[in-house]
Amino acid sequence: MSEENAKMRRVSSNPHVRSAVTTSNIMFWVTVSLLPAAGFGIYRFGINALIILLLSVASTVGTEFLYEKLMKKPVTIGDFSAVVTGLLLGMNLPSTVIWYIPVLGGIFAIFIVKMLFGGLGQNFMNPALGARCFLLISFPAAMTNFPLDAVSSATPLAALKNGEPVNVLNMVTGNISGTIGETSMICIVIGACILILLGIIDLKIPGSYIVSFALFVVIVQLIRGNGFNSAYLSAQLAGGGLMLGAFFMATDYVTSPITASGKILYGIFLGIMTGIFRMFGTAAEGVSYAIILGNLLVPLIEKITLPRAFGIPKPVREKHGKEADKA
Amino acid sequence: MAEDVKKGALGLPSDTPRERFFNGLLAENPTLVLMLGMCPTLAVTTSATNGLTMGLATTVVLALSNLMISLLRKVIPDTVRIPAFIVVIASFVTLVQLILQAYLPALNDALGVYIPLIVVNCIIFGRAEAYASKHGAIPALFDGLGMGLGFTCAITVIGFFREFIGAGTAFGVQLLGEGTVIPGPVGEFFAMYKPISIFIMQSGAFFVLAFLIAGMNRIKRRQAEKGRDVSAFRDTEDTDSLVEAPASAEGGENA
Repeated sequence: MSEENAKMRRVSSNPHVRSAVTTSNIMFWVTVSLLPAAGFGIYRFGINALIILLLSVASTVGTEFLYEKLMKKPVTIGDFSAVVTGLLLGMNLPSTVIWYIPVLGGIFAIFIVKMLFGGLGQNFMNPALGARCFLLISFPAAMTNFPLDAVSSATPLAALKNGEPVNVLNMVTGNISGTIGETSMICIVIGACILILLGIIDLKIPGSYIVSFALFVVIVQLIRGNGFNSAYLSAQLAGGGLMLGAFFMATDYVTSPITASGKILYGIFLGIMTGIFRMFGTAAEGVSYAIILGNLLVPLIEKITLPRAFGIPKPVREKHGKEADKA
Repeated sequence: MAEDVKKGALGLPSDTPRERFFNGLLAENPTLVLMLGMCPTLAVTTSATNGLTMGLATTVVLALSNLMISLLRKVIPDTVRIPAFIVVIASFVTLVQLILQAYLPALNDALGVYIPLIVVNCIIFGRAEAYASKHGAIPALFDGLGMGLGFTCAITVIGFFREFIGAGTAFGVQLLGEGTVIPGPVGEFFAMYKPISIFIMQSGAFFVLAFLIAGMNRIKRRQAEKGRDVSAFRDTEDTDSLVEAPASAEGGENA
């Protein structure tokens, strides 16, 4: 019975389009496009960063493999999605964390956030970000201990929050403290260009995210009477996980809306939430919380931005609601 | 369902004290099966001791109010039964709180507002409305005892896991992490443990509760596969959810 069902499920509805675009293909290119930023992190933070990246990838892939073996399900580690999760998780950790933090994070990302909800395509939240927030809440001290040249130091965003001056040029090249993968804006943008040129992501989500965040920062600064300060704005844009989050984590297929207007709405929501977390929150950074909050809203965003088929009259709201209740 | 009224939980004859007791403890466990009383379940289970105290306080109130409401069931007019239940329940809660304040002041402080809130605990209301107001005094008393102890077991276990993972202690005794009471090399090894503090926070309660419910569902499915009487676990939601969404049933399988 269950075997028949499993076979039945693999038949998609027509039209049956043949395409070279497969999950493993896409995930492979996402992995490749993450490598510049990851490579820079290893160059910047040394061998420790490499060990953390390897540990978190091994942990995510291993967890997925073990779970599927134990549950007697087809093993899906060949689709590279666990590798992407592991890499993103590792890039979201400081290079000083002790070995069990990436391992625990990988297990949490794959087992709790992804597999228990049904595996790839069913998870309601970006697994890497879910795990990052889990670790951030569980080990706050270790997760915010950022080194720069072997001395722990404040991130540029934290310095900015305290009103200290920051060097924007260093933030663009990545010569700053932060997590392994977030420091170099240049390397992240190189990776993002690969994805955009290959058509794997488009600019709707990252574009609306970054623009709405910038607008929010400018408006709040004006209201606070600080005036327009281009150095402050560029530091906010280049600092922290904004670029990594906007291009690589907010655009995750599973946890972002599929409708065009929904993508823009989602990006604007992320921009405003990130702005609120950064400008009004106690912590200097808020990209990961903004994105997982956005992930939770995706079903609602898709519901209100559902395109209407041509020639079909607008559905009556009340009737629709009643039917949904009955079903 | 109408035919097997005479057989209750776990195949025991219906409405006997023993059947009522095990019904509350296992088959219709208020926390893990009926999912009632989630507020104290999530809020006070930061340690096993808190869970145990809260559970026992609720058990006392539940058993006594069930007994009292059952005795008064023919006196209380149907239209004002809810206020009447509240008066009965609130009296017992006041009693329990005065006793806690007198003899266990530290625990009373730890549980705080959740002790007076037992008055509106939906397990107690649910049992008064669904069972005690319709059945005799002895089955009602045992129904309250079973439900209360089922609740106590569930929230003590939740509290135990949250405390153990989130702080490395069990009933307040440091087992893992720095300051472990275990001597020797084993103790040195355990001292390396770093508590995962999310489990002490609210989100940790959801994680632990979800795993316990998943475990309970697994036990229930095993029983059903063995060909035991499935109706023993009177899960009223079961038939609805099957018709409603086959996908959600599958999700349960994965969990």
